Amino acid sequence: MRLGRRAFLRLAAGAAALLPAPRRAQGAAARVVVVGGGFAGASCARALRQADPRLAVTLVEANPTFTACPFSNAVIGGLRDLGAQQFTYERVAAAGVTLVPGTATAVDAQARTVTLADGSRLAWDRLVLAPGIDIRWGALPGYDEAAAARMPHAWRAGEQTLLLRRQLEAMPDGGLVVIAAPANPFRCPPGPYERASLIAHYLKTKKPRSKLIILDAKDAFSKQRLFQAAWTELYPGLLEWVPLSKGGNVTSVDAATRTLVTDFGRHTAAVANVIPPQKAGRIAEAAGVADRTGWCPIDPVTFESKLQTHIHVIGDAAIAGAMPKSAFAANSQAKTCAAAVARLLTGGVPSASKLINTCYSLVAPDYGISIAGVYQPVSGQLAEVPGAGGVSPANAPRATRAAEAVLAEAWFRTITAEVFG
Amino acid sequence: MPKVVAAAIGLASIAAAVLAAAEPPAGAAACSGCHPTSARVVSPVVRLAGLDRAVIVRALQEFRSGQRAATVMDRIAKGFTDDEIQAIAAWYAGQK
Repeated sequence: MRLGRRAFLRLAAGAAALLPAPRRAQGAAARVVVVGGGFAGASCARALRQADPRLAVTLVEANPTFTACPFSNAVIGGLRDLGAQQFTYERVAAAGVTLVPGTATAVDAQARTVTLADGSRLAWDRLVLAPGIDIRWGALPGYDEAAAARMPHAWRAGEQTLLLRRQLEAMPDGGLVVIAAPANPFRCPPGPYERASLIAHYLKTKKPRSKLIILDAKDAFSKQRLFQAAWTELYPGLLEWVPLSKGGNVTSVDAATRTLVTDFGRHTAAVANVIPPQKAGRIAEAAGVADRTGWCPIDPVTFESKLQTHIHVIGDAAIAGAMPKSAFAANSQAKTCAAAVARLLTGGVPSASKLINTCYSLVAPDYGISIAGVYQPVSGQLAEVPGAGGVSPANAPRATRAAEAVLAEAWFRTITAEVFG
Repeated sequence: MPKVVAAAIGLASIAAAVLAAAEPPAGAAACSGCHPTSARVVSPVVRLAGLDRAVIVRALQEFRSGQRAATVMDRIAKGFTDDEIQAIAAWYAGQK
């Protein structure tokens, strides 16, 4: 085949468009800025350096210490210290990631810069946003930041986790604990039910005349049958789940009296844990990568935003199809995204991968259950691989539940060692 | 000029090929969510790096068919084809 000169130039121009940015041609390192140092962001920053040690990777994170959400329900239930949830970024930095303490407040997608709260700017060739969740303040009438000091959400681990624990500890025996669970989607789908379980365990052990009600904006939830079977076995008469169809949807709250209002009535609690509606962390909206749902549509192969080129979104903030908003999923997405970004920055073409999720929940300290899934890109979405995945068996012996409780803790040690250790 | 472009394309593909060789095959990167890579982690879950390729292949196939007892690996192995299992096993066998 002989190409005419014009056809060759067209071809060359097309190939040139696939080449990395001019900085690479001059031998300078391509710059990737990652915003957010949770399971998604910290995993991605390290995976980027591993995929291509030539990359200049910067991680923007406001907190010097990360407080993990998985297992924070065990802190609330008095089974674990918050310190066991906390990790620093020393090893992330030692892996060659430049840490920039600060909060990203603006993104210029054209100039390819991110602006921090102190006014400084970072330039990038690819930007990865891993901002986690923000509370949708105002979505539930009566629930604002002041209300959260009386009715903690504890859905971002840290001081809120300890506040809820202290309230439970201060509550007299015989008190009513109410958990309000939100509609989908939200961070950690089995989380409210694990929390209810471990609070019920605390009450059964320490304050057995107390009661726990879950007011739910849904009629179904993750690992539902396993949770409900375990509740019947472990916490009969102590824990009640009120679904949407039975009046579970909380329509407003009154923080002063710790009252939760539903269409069917009012519940005044001694301790109220309001898990409110959520959205992608604030920078997603500022960067123009969040859609009207408040979450971020992404390409399932590269995790590049469907709304802005060269900006990738991973973790809880992303609309990842069938993948739940979990730490395992965030870590799995981070590694896939890092491989894709490394490829894109060297002029390569990212290939579709398979992703995994595994989530353990504790119903009691020695009673674990799990859900797992395998995912792949199908028609622009992450879809479950048919025939794979699912929850723990329904009629498993207690030894299996005990084994899964051990595996749950092993999982936490393993993933936090990979990300922060 | 065309020569320069051609050379640049050549370099870019070499770089991409080098990366591709080091890159884990589909699904493999997710395993380290549960299978420890750090020697310091205490876990009953087996370390995959450096395991014999045939051992990994056989385990995944038996998890997938239900022949081998499992907690979650039976559910996860069902998500992978024979070719993917071979590629994952070869990649982990080749890790230090």
